Amino acid sequence: MDNQEHKNEHEHHITPYSTYVYVWLGLIALTSITVTIAGISLGDYTLAVALLIAAVKSYLVINIFMHIKYEELIFKVFLILSGLTLLVIFALTFFDFTYR
Amino acid sequence: MANGTIAANLKTFYEEGTTKSNKGIWSWLLSTDHKRIGLMYLGAIAIFFSVAAILGVLMRLELIAPGETIMEAQTYNSIFTLHGVIMIFLFIIPGLPAVFGNFFLPLQIGAMDVAFPRLNLLSFWIYIVGAILVLVSLILPGGPIDTGWTFYIPYSVRSGTNISLAIFAAFVLGFSSILTGLNFVTTIHRMRAPGMGWFKMPLFVWATYATAWIQIIATPVIGITILLVILERMFGVGIFDPALGGDPILFQHLFWIYSHPAVYIMILPAMGVVSEIIPTFARRTIFGYRAIAMSSLAIAFVGYLVWAHHMFTSGMSDTARIIFSLLTFIVALPSGVKVFNWVATMYKGSIDPKPPFLWVMSFIVLFSIGGLTGLVLGALATDIHLHDTYFVVAHFHYVMFGGTGTIFFAALYYWFPKMFGRMYNIKVANWGVGLFFVAFNLLYFPKFIMGYLGMPRRYYDYLQEFSSWHLISTVGSWVMLIALILVIGNIVYSIFKGEKCSSNPWGGVTLEWHTQSPPPLLNFQEIPTVKHEPYDFSQLEEMKNES
Repeated sequence: MDNQEHKNEHEHHITPYSTYVYVWLGLIALTSITVTIAGISLGDYTLAVALLIAAVKSYLVINIFMHIKYEELIFKVFLILSGLTLLVIFALTFFDFTYR
Repeated sequence: MANGTIAANLKTFYEEGTTKSNKGIWSWLLSTDHKRIGLMYLGAIAIFFSVAAILGVLMRLELIAPGETIMEAQTYNSIFTLHGVIMIFLFIIPGLPAVFGNFFLPLQIGAMDVAFPRLNLLSFWIYIVGAILVLVSLILPGGPIDTGWTFYIPYSVRSGTNISLAIFAAFVLGFSSILTGLNFVTTIHRMRAPGMGWFKMPLFVWATYATAWIQIIATPVIGITILLVILERMFGVGIFDPALGGDPILFQHLFWIYSHPAVYIMILPAMGVVSEIIPTFARRTIFGYRAIAMSSLAIAFVGYLVWAHHMFTSGMSDTARIIFSLLTFIVALPSGVKVFNWVATMYKGSIDPKPPFLWVMSFIVLFSIGGLTGLVLGALATDIHLHDTYFVVAHFHYVMFGGTGTIFFAALYYWFPKMFGRMYNIKVANWGVGLFFVAFNLLYFPKFIMGYLGMPRRYYDYLQEFSSWHLISTVGSWVMLIALILVIGNIVYSIFKGEKCSSNPWGGVTLEWHTQSPPPLLNFQEIPTVKHEPYDFSQLEEMKNES
């Protein structure tokens, strides 16, 4: 029964326009933070902060604009797996840049 | 495996297409039938392979003696680049998945087609557009590219040849690869016949599945990298070029983050084909089914983590070098799991050494040599000595040509009767394999020795002391040419003139052998129900009643 309801919700889910507008404004705000921070020297943390903001932005785009939030579990698993691969690739690359 | 799937007299996919007219060139060029698309890929790939092989023979001819023999240095640089670019981007990366994956993946899982047939046709045409762009880059003013297939910075930013167009072609080809991968993943998840659980899938399907994931996840990285190089060339952005404050090693990281997993795009489907052929000709179920299936996924995963072993002498940090060297050794484990399981499958089997099996035997020998010399290169200390020498050239030819190339022929000789409903000349085929094996070692083994002695790769000229090894290698290239003419000629002749054969000449039991040869448009008369394990040969008796 629960499953059935979930399916119906999945098929009929309509995101209100206001949500899209809020997310869009959020993305613009985050972009301006990125630009501002680029002018401030944070030393070793510059890159980490930039990546963190980018990650939050991707999270918003993937979940809201790409509707993944309302999709089946398997798609989320695939996405998380791809994301983790990317993360591992980042980490390994930094073994070079950090210790060079 | 299934009952009641053989149709006595259904029209074959050659007689019935997906377009309005069943005949003529357009019924092929616009067909969404996975089998026709697979055959179109086969035609295109055969042409590119032949061209690149001839370029290889020309290179060897130039190197027959020190100094200039048949071409100038700049021509030589372009020819070795083209040999690499065509072989890698147009033959070996799309090779097995696009030809045999397309043709046999739906058949092996009991589906009527792939999940997205139109997308499949689109990937074929994107592939052709990419190939045309490569050709255009050869004839435009500026001349063919001369960077080697790796397009290393800073030379690829500064060279005056048509780099931007040629690498843009690789960018386009990447899309073809991604779309094929997407299609296969969806097909395997959604279209398996009733009764075919994940662990009843043939191992070629498992291998293709692992490959498809690499195609989807890794290919975008090269796409972005290529765009950055083009930006760098056009606008001097300064991402990679050290003169502009960029980091050339970053390019190598990004390039190999794709290109090393791409090595597994090349070899994994080949390993899948081996796991199909050995049980059929040993008349014995595969040893360690789950181990082989899981090792494909393990290779696909660990394959992402080893890319920087191509960069040990690039000036990378010591920490990174040690970590990547360690990870490289780990990837040898799942590869070893496969080789041992294949050999164990043959133990006490009732072996029937037909040509596909002989191809696989030569694969096991050549691939093992290639794989083990990979460990020599994966160890930091020895790599410093051998990096950028002929040892590396020999290593990757043993793995790529001796591995994937050999299995491309194995797959062709194994599935030929199913694809064309005809049989080739077995005797000529046996001679072909034998000659190929001899020629291969004659051509590439001297390169191991030369590399060990210090002969650098990609050089146009060399010292007198290497000349006898170069001569042997060049003679090997001529024998290889004869072997290839024999192997490919036998196939081309048999497509038109071969004897008609039964639907299951080898006694295979996976689903593709349960339908007629060539298969009908929708593959089976009715969707089969899977009841047996994938390599359960006890069903051969049942299968006799099917026809």
